[in-house]
Amino acid sequence: MRDKVLEVKNLTMHYTTRKGPVYAVDDVSFYVGRGESVGLVGESGCGKTSIAISLLKLLPDNAEILSGQILLDGVDLVPLSEDEMRRFRWRRISMVFQAAMNALNPVYTVEEQIIEAMQQHMPHLSDEEMHARVDQLFELVGLDPAFKNQYPHQYSGGMRQRAVIAMALSCEPDLIIADEPTTALDVIVQDQLLKRIREIQEQLNMAMIYISHDIAVIAEVSDRVGVMYAGHLVEMASTEAIFHHPVHPYTMGLMSAFPSIVGPKRELTTLPGEPPDLLNPPPGCRFHPRCHYATSICREKTPEFVEYEEDHYVACWHPGGEG
Amino acid sequence: MSEGTVATQHTYVPLWRVRLNLFLRSLRTNWALFAENPIGLIGLGIIIFFGLFALAHPILMNTVWPSKIYDPVSGYDMEVAFHPAPPSPRHLLGTDPLGRDVLSQLMYSTRYEFALGILSAVVTVVIATTIGAVSAYYGGIIDTLFMRLADLVIMVPFLPILIVLSALTEVGMIELALVIGILSGFGGTTIVIKSQALAIKVKPFIEAARVSGGGDFHIIFRHLIPNLLPISLLYMMFVVTGAIFSEAVLSFFGLTTIQMSWGIMINTTQLFGYLLRFDTWWLLIPASLAITTLCAAFYLVGRALDEVVNPRLRRR
Amino acid sequence: MRDEILVDIQHLSKLYPVETGFFTRTNLFVHAVSDLNLQIYRGESVGLVGESGCGKTTTGKLLVRLIDPTEGKIAFHAEDGVVDVATLRGKALKRFRRNVQMIFQDPYESLNPRMTIYDTVAEPLDVQGIGTLPEREERVAELLETVGLTPASSFMFRYPHELSGGQRQRVAIARALVVEPTFVVADEPTSMLDVSVRTGVMQLMQELADKLGVTYLYITHDLAVARYMCQRIAVMYLGKMVELAETEELLHHPQHPYTRALLSAVPVPDPTYKRKPMEIKGGISKPINPPPRCRFYERCPIADDFCRDNDHPPLEDKGGNHFVACYKV
Repeated sequence: MRDKVLEVKNLTMHYTTRKGPVYAVDDVSFYVGRGESVGLVGESGCGKTSIAISLLKLLPDNAEILSGQILLDGVDLVPLSEDEMRRFRWRRISMVFQAAMNALNPVYTVEEQIIEAMQQHMPHLSDEEMHARVDQLFELVGLDPAFKNQYPHQYSGGMRQRAVIAMALSCEPDLIIADEPTTALDVIVQDQLLKRIREIQEQLNMAMIYISHDIAVIAEVSDRVGVMYAGHLVEMASTEAIFHHPVHPYTMGLMSAFPSIVGPKRELTTLPGEPPDLLNPPPGCRFHPRCHYATSICREKTPEFVEYEEDHYVACWHPGGEG
Repeated sequence: MSEGTVATQHTYVPLWRVRLNLFLRSLRTNWALFAENPIGLIGLGIIIFFGLFALAHPILMNTVWPSKIYDPVSGYDMEVAFHPAPPSPRHLLGTDPLGRDVLSQLMYSTRYEFALGILSAVVTVVIATTIGAVSAYYGGIIDTLFMRLADLVIMVPFLPILIVLSALTEVGMIELALVIGILSGFGGTTIVIKSQALAIKVKPFIEAARVSGGGDFHIIFRHLIPNLLPISLLYMMFVVTGAIFSEAVLSFFGLTTIQMSWGIMINTTQLFGYLLRFDTWWLLIPASLAITTLCAAFYLVGRALDEVVNPRLRRR
Repeated sequence: MRDEILVDIQHLSKLYPVETGFFTRTNLFVHAVSDLNLQIYRGESVGLVGESGCGKTTTGKLLVRLIDPTEGKIAFHAEDGVVDVATLRGKALKRFRRNVQMIFQDPYESLNPRMTIYDTVAEPLDVQGIGTLPEREERVAELLETVGLTPASSFMFRYPHELSGGQRQRVAIARALVVEPTFVVADEPTSMLDVSVRTGVMQLMQELADKLGVTYLYITHDLAVARYMCQRIAVMYLGKMVELAETEELLHHPQHPYTRALLSAVPVPDPTYKRKPMEIKGGISKPINPPPRCRFYERCPIADDFCRDNDHPPLEDKGGNHFVACYKV
């Protein structure tokens, strides 16, 4: 077995809402190996962002982790207090979110903000070392260090996202969680940024969880991919396995519904119906109302997330559509 | 999802019935949201209490209270030797310096306070919503004109205007309600509603309505104003509070020609020099308490409505 | 079907003044759309593709006359004669709106939250004064079934917030089609939808095009979606159309350096596929009083002095109806 940086075991979290509890993450287990890039893909409301904020324990007031473990190098983060957690964030796990503008404080220059993060978590560095490190980080993410004394609003969208990545990398974390970091960007900028993220991740041998709704982006940046549906992790395997021989009917549907500009123009298939309302999810397998292969067992019992082939996990009663 | 039993047989049910049912349904859901907030319920409770209080007056006058003694304006109790008399079983809140029953005055005034508050609020909302929607929609010179007018109204203090006005003409309840309504309608409320209208104006459904062929009138009245109504209703509550309070202040200074109101009650107390005397508390306390609680009640209802209207303010 | 022109756009431009002080008159203009020429044929579906800020949405809004053009003509060939969209007003404009409709990007914002589905879909009939009340009701019910909201009666009197994103977009499609338009501008109609729902809406739009003979201008930033929705694709860059060709031709033989860069940057849902790298400088600037040369000059990998010294290149047929605006191709 590979050396695991992060291991999530049976994580369940819910939001309390006016209409009842919403189990956004339900019994999810997966691991991230050292230096590995794991993609999490799913549609809006499937719980992928809820996993990200659970891992960092940046939960809103109405959210709560009910059970499970989040083991970072063997230390369980779930029971930690906010003070203890603060020592882990940035230093051990850091994050890049979609809205880069919100992550940057408009009244400080970008350099000041990166240095502030370093002062808290790497106090052993001298001032000169920190300034030198900002230059290094800027070059690493592909920004001209000449811009470091500017304010966030003077940056373009792509530059801001790079600055946020530089900030996330500043304290040399073991794991970085990137939640849709390129979604708001145009394709050419997105492409450049994706390449840079991938290079940095490999160069620093840093583990990464990359969250996106776009399976094409996931294909570009991940070694392994987890597919989420309605709060469940339904399939997880190497990127190649997920894209070339998916076995969960949802993954299969997703792949054949996704248009591509290369290769022959194949017919796109449609998944019938809509994702379920998590307030009132269907019994049994949550995908069964939209599944071609559903049988009575699918309607009654939730399938376990088990190893189907080596390192290819799936939660389905009929993986690959077989009886 | 669908409890819409109405909808399933829509072909048999006329459109107006469907709409009525939808309206009732939205009323029910909004009530459920409103009822979750104790603040709003307290406010509503107080308002209902005052409502019953007002309704009880004519009934009492026609049954147990002979008008000679208990009439709020012209009554006089000959059997009491000295006025103002303290509370007694005969006069539960005592009598005023002119020998009139305080409780009767308090109850009689209530209906006028309501009428004043609601009339001025309706005037405000009608003016503010129309102007807000129109100036947000057209922008340009129309917008500039109304907004500068609003600035002007805000800049000129409210009470001095009313003081000047009362010197020029007789200011009764209705005139006062209209003045308060108009000033508030052209002033601050318009600006708030216009800013809301600006946010709605740029929504794609407005463009969709234009692509459908809808003219300016259609867009303003079918799209803009219906989306402004919740916030208008909210501001209505705050205007009621302001109107009742303004009336009290003006009447206290003797600037209105209103015969009887809570403000007049305090004014009478002051005229006869009982204002700062604690031994005649029944002259001052009931009326001021009534003003404060009714103002507060409308304000509380407004706050609770705010949470219904702006989902972001809700806790969950 | 390729012979009959439905919309003929000639020298279409839209300039926005840059906001400055109250009294100073600005001579700075954003050239949102600049000298655009395009013929749309009856029954086809043309894709308008480009990055944010390239003027594709502005073009769409000009075509449905949500905004007035600064210059140019849009000849619309209606059944009862040709009209110039740019100068329509009053009754003629209202009648034009029966023929041309628009579908918007955001299904959460394009439906009035205080109107029921029935009222929303019936609105065009209502303002155009088409049909009696029962007829409208019947027409709306029929159309809701057509767009896949079945049974219609369970959707008619619901409010938008009770529907999912995909269902709302279907409502928006129904509203656009209720007056039986011949031309529909679809502005990113699927970009806010999830993959599993998106395909259904795309297929619906295609079916309706075949069934009702609707012509689409399909605005999108996503070339993969355009590939499935359109017979021809026009690529826009900073207010200019830089390339126009049949879809597969454009995807397989892109000529303009910008199109080539765009195509090579689109991520591919296949981990084993290696894209050809294409290095151009990122970032896109606002075309405020652009210098009289190729708009792509600053980012172009193959530009030379000729490109710098000459005006923006004209859109020329490079063979087989493949139009490119570039001196170096």
